[in-house]
Amino acid sequence: MKVLVPVKRVIDYNVKVRVKPDQTGVDLANVKMSMNPFDEISVEEAVRMKEAGTATEVVIVSIGPKQAQETIRTALAMGGDRGILINTDETVEPLAVAKILAKVIADESPDLVLLGKQAIDDDSNQTGQMLAALLDWPQGTFAYKIEKDGDALTVTREVDGGLQTVKLATPAIVTVDLRLNEPRYASLPNIMKAKKKPIDEKAPGDYGVDISPRLSVVKVTEPPVREAGEKVEDVATLVSKLKSAGAI
Amino acid sequence: MAVLVIAEHDNAALNDATHKVVTAAAKFGGDVDVLVAGEGAGDVAASAAKISGVRKVVHADGASVAKQLAEAMEALVVPMMDGYDAVFIPATTMGKNVAPRIAAKLDVMQLSDITDVIDSETFERPIYAGNAILTVKSSDAKKVVTVRGTAFDAAGEDGSASVETTEAPAGPFKSEFVSEQMVKSDRPELAGAKRVVSGGRALGSKEEFDRLIVPLADKLEAAVGASRAAVDAGYAPNDYQVGQTGKIVAPELYVAVGISGAIQHLAGMKDSKIIVAINKDEEAPIFQVADYGLVADLFSAVPELTDAL
Repeated sequence: MKVLVPVKRVIDYNVKVRVKPDQTGVDLANVKMSMNPFDEISVEEAVRMKEAGTATEVVIVSIGPKQAQETIRTALAMGGDRGILINTDETVEPLAVAKILAKVIADESPDLVLLGKQAIDDDSNQTGQMLAALLDWPQGTFAYKIEKDGDALTVTREVDGGLQTVKLATPAIVTVDLRLNEPRYASLPNIMKAKKKPIDEKAPGDYGVDISPRLSVVKVTEPPVREAGEKVEDVATLVSKLKSAGAI
Repeated sequence: MAVLVIAEHDNAALNDATHKVVTAAAKFGGDVDVLVAGEGAGDVAASAAKISGVRKVVHADGASVAKQLAEAMEALVVPMMDGYDAVFIPATTMGKNVAPRIAAKLDVMQLSDITDVIDSETFERPIYAGNAILTVKSSDAKKVVTVRGTAFDAAGEDGSASVETTEAPAGPFKSEFVSEQMVKSDRPELAGAKRVVSGGRALGSKEEFDRLIVPLADKLEAAVGASRAAVDAGYAPNDYQVGQTGKIVAPELYVAVGISGAIQHLAGMKDSKIIVAINKDEEAPIFQVADYGLVADLFSAVPELTDAL
């Protein structure tokens, strides 16, 4: 089974973002960037499938600026076989990402595409589902467990209220949730080896995909600030404060 | 103009999230219809017809949409969109699964997890774990929108819409439902609860979580939530996670016990009306958003609080 893993370079999850004073966006200058945490989980899953003999090849793809190459290298150091960078400095919306990925898939013919359930910057949670729609492939979103079952995949999904198991015909799209696995750290020898793995460089134009945005940013603002609260001395004071506030 | 709202339900009862989405859809403007797709969900359709401001309920009844899987929902909803300018779907796991699939089929960009409708093209939504609010304008012909329930009041129930039935799409589809394991609970549902008591890593074990958090929640008639750390450590089921990647809640009272207050957790609860934090680390970031903070050892403070209620 050939597995394709799209990864995204995003602001590091520990960074407290700052909104630009001109309200055009958030300030990304000199901010630490990393692989989207959900994508680390999808890379890890693909590599585990390869180690288990289920997957034959793991191809990493990223759409983004030149520096997204570092994100691909990280995935290669975790065990990916080769990379594809689709280089653009534009902001690419999930629909356009899905359209580009659909073209990559037409070239690569993977049996499974493993994506993160959402990117922690735009918090959209759309790309995997859109890709499945464009290809008319089945989707297993928010995966908690993935098992190969002959030619099909059994995917247990995290849903409101518990877990749901679905069976997907392959080829299929699966998006991963937090608890699917614990991603590994790339070891130094593997980081060195990853430098020799090939990364193909492309541009959105090579795939004939129009990436012009459908949504325009009117403004980006700070969320309302909560008024500072107070520290209470003891439980009795807490209870009386909550009573007088009408909370209990 | 007309808007289609996809109802959230479990075939037996209509989820309150639907009422909130109807409020958002009414703000968008035009006639609001509700689609109830399910199997044996006649009671749900009848409940949806009572929601204030609903023009009609479209009831699709059949095995193919019993679990509202994305592939079957796409086949049902996409053809219906000829008659609608927008589809509004709750930002639940059902909605998040289904909406982008519909949007891609219509070749439009979806608007995720909106918190306000400014006009029929302009919406507000949080990005970067709620640390920035994006106002965005869509140039697409049709709008596909998922709605953050906590940002809208629930529509009332003085309506009397007509119920129209439609065929459920014929399968088979490339995905099929196998089984589900639902967490059984008599408690209020987390996303819609008026009060929430959440526990974090500091509880130390599932036994302590159950011994301390559950009785406090019982006393307050609250839903139980948890931080990611507590869920990862197995103290509470996955479904209890509050945060950027779990549930978003905005109850009247949120009690955070032994939760430090990481960015990703705050993203899920900082719109709560009153936040109480109990933590022994007075530097914990949770105190920056708490209305009432108690710096104390939770193992003594929580039982004392439970007894005092």
